[in-house]
Amino acid sequence: MRVMAQMGMVMNLDKCIGCHTCSVTCKQAWTNRAGTEYVWFNNVETRPGQGYPRRYEDQERWHGGWVLNKRGKLVLKAGGRVKKLLGIFASPVQPELKDYYEPWTYDYKTLVDAPLGDDFPVARPKSLITGEDTKITWSANWDDDLGGSAEHGHLDPIVEKVRRESEDKIKFAYEQTFMFYLPRICEHCLNPSCMASCPSGAIYKRVEDGIVLVDQDRCRGWRQCVTGCPYKKIYFNHKTGKAEKCTFCYPRVEVGLPTVCSETCVGRLRYLGLFLYDADAVTAAAAVTDPQELYDAQMDVLLDPNDPAVQAEARAQGIPEDWIDAARRSPVYALAKVYKVALPLHPEYRTMPMVWYVPPLSPVVDLLRDQGHDGEDAGNLFGAIDALRIPVEYLAELFTAGDTDRVTAVLRKLAAMRSFMRGISLGNDPDDSIPESVGMDSQTMYEMYRLMAIAKYEERYVIPKAHVEQAHDLEEMGCSLDFDGGPGMQDTSPFGEASGRPVPVAVETFNALRDRQTSGGLEEGSGLRGRVNLLNWDGRGAPPGLFPDKGPEPGTLAAAEDQP
Amino acid sequence: MELSVLDIVLWGVLPYVMVVVLVGGLVWRYKYDQFGWTTRSSQLYESRLLRIASPLFHFGLLAVIAGHFFGLVIPMAWTEAVGMSQEFYHFNALLVGGIAGVGTLGGIALLIYRRRTTGPVFMATTRNDKTMYVVLTAAIVFGLWTTLVSVFEGEHGHNYRETVSPWFRSLFILQPDIAAMAEAPFSFHLHTLVGMALFVIWPFTRLVHAFTAPFHYLFRPYIVYRSRDRDRNGKRRGVQTGAATRTPSTAARPGWSAVGTRDRDTRNR
Repeated sequence: MRVMAQMGMVMNLDKCIGCHTCSVTCKQAWTNRAGTEYVWFNNVETRPGQGYPRRYEDQERWHGGWVLNKRGKLVLKAGGRVKKLLGIFASPVQPELKDYYEPWTYDYKTLVDAPLGDDFPVARPKSLITGEDTKITWSANWDDDLGGSAEHGHLDPIVEKVRRESEDKIKFAYEQTFMFYLPRICEHCLNPSCMASCPSGAIYKRVEDGIVLVDQDRCRGWRQCVTGCPYKKIYFNHKTGKAEKCTFCYPRVEVGLPTVCSETCVGRLRYLGLFLYDADAVTAAAAVTDPQELYDAQMDVLLDPNDPAVQAEARAQGIPEDWIDAARRSPVYALAKVYKVALPLHPEYRTMPMVWYVPPLSPVVDLLRDQGHDGEDAGNLFGAIDALRIPVEYLAELFTAGDTDRVTAVLRKLAAMRSFMRGISLGNDPDDSIPESVGMDSQTMYEMYRLMAIAKYEERYVIPKAHVEQAHDLEEMGCSLDFDGGPGMQDTSPFGEASGRPVPVAVETFNALRDRQTSGGLEEGSGLRGRVNLLNWDGRGAPPGLFPDKGPEPGTLAAAEDQP
Repeated sequence: MELSVLDIVLWGVLPYVMVVVLVGGLVWRYKYDQFGWTTRSSQLYESRLLRIASPLFHFGLLAVIAGHFFGLVIPMAWTEAVGMSQEFYHFNALLVGGIAGVGTLGGIALLIYRRRTTGPVFMATTRNDKTMYVVLTAAIVFGLWTTLVSVFEGEHGHNYRETVSPWFRSLFILQPDIAAMAEAPFSFHLHTLVGMALFVIWPFTRLVHAFTAPFHYLFRPYIVYRSRDRDRNGKRRGVQTGAATRTPSTAARPGWSAVGTRDRDTRNR
């Protein structure tokens, strides 16, 4: 057993209102740059719908993820190592811009500069790729709220599959039945196929927290990762020629802050926390024969952080004590493995995804209410879940490789929680038979309710800080001229767009800045080894290190220096 | 034969200057410009033509490189020792070399056509790229010319294995056989000079991606773990992109320039 820690996320789809705040704040934080105009590390899809890029779930076309070969061995669907190298000169199944969408802006200048006249000036859409006038035909969420689904609805790969299996009996009944939003980020998989596809070995999983990142220095732009990722969550920056992906906001997570998408989520539907897992068991778990058993296999890989044996092994592997403690308090572990209400997205891709989803019960409740029933009565809800085959099958294709029983079990738990808590809120005695009917006890159900409905900030986000205190040298290790606008930092260098050295991310500055803002004292500078970061200095006093040491002569700095 | 100063400079000095620039340039760029070291693929913009042209060019080029190795490095005496007649060698060299050369030229012609006619691809083409394309195409064209000349001249044609090849090998033992090279016809001189020009600009163009051909992929484990604080050599390092979480300045840095097209809105900021 090799215990490793993994940051994970759970999204409660019942709470998603499809406001796209997560997408917008993520874009502002990470991808509002040239070359990533079309890139959304976080996007929100309306399901049923084609998704972004369009029909990314159709792996017969995009060849993402893993499959078992004839001998039952786990291989990349896009082909083995030799085949990949032979196909390297033109990545054969890479989505094109038209599969995402052609990003655009508007010619706002016309609105301001147009001369006085009878006609209203118009801001024409301009392509951000060519700069020419363009016609907007698609975007990352063009089919938002089932927009155009009468025309495009059948193009959803899962609708296709569910229909095929039900032999076309269902003709767009799903439209009236349900709709929900699916926010997606990188899954930060335990068995990432993007990483396995990368010829350069530039994609790596961080030992400390399992976040999957692209080393921008080692990426050579072979683009095989774009093919390899079945979720199509690796994007090619067409200006820098490098692959980029969701970073799980690692600079924030390292200092204990939730990701931007989680922090800004209006519905508070996201949970962040740690999993402890057995790294040695991952490959075997990803290679179980029956895709519907992948969920169970994935569950077995996740270790119980309350088990003393697991804790001892974690300590032996050098996982810090506060991380083990955070794993014990982890909301994502609770939702995924204790309450078993969070499911992985498309386990059949065999990548062991680590972003989990609580499937939505609301379509069922809404339908019952619309039909005049009591949508929160346990009996009604249980009956409806069983009767509503279409949404359950659809959800099963998303979350359990088609196993409807598992999805039904989760929905029944959510329904039971509603009824149980409604009884309590109405002042009745807790009806213990409701939790028992879904295999839970009242206490556990109440705790689940607390985590899912009350969802306090500290309970939703249990993020242990990175142990950067040993790694102070991370910051400002580069040449002192490599700051923004420094001489080495031209936008376009002679070797094409954006060559040159990157500036290291400074975790330390965050801490220094916050200490400075909250302490009220002078800049301590302890992390900076006697130097002062002028960007953080707000003019209050003269911290030690601001000026060179003047020697024994008493000066104005003496008072400041005397402070502890 | 008297060696002129020009001969000495071209075939005795220039090759070593070329090697110094190539090796020095590659080392320097590898050290200081990892972020710029990429294929700079334009497949996202257009893939229909690329899917044909790029493999055609690259596989053609691999065959051409193999042919150069065979012709330049393996001495004539060796092929004769294994019973390969000059005629047989010549025929094969012309046939295989011709096919590879035409494939490569066709590939690059298609790639240049695509680059010029596809709007976004042309917009992403830097001056550096254009220079590189000129030199690369010239090297291929002149190389093919030497081959075609040989075809038309038949058996009376020039045998480069008695002039160019000995000179090429002599360079490695630091005793350049300038006289041998000086005897070669003009077409070979031209091809060699343009070839050397190509190697001189190589480290400073997108062609560097050839030097990081990922053969390592065949042997590495699929899943790569790496510590946050340390790179693969165990050294501490800054991590992933040059993402800034702190500085008030909005000045651009590699990979972080603002969205916009260069024709209109950036001008108005």
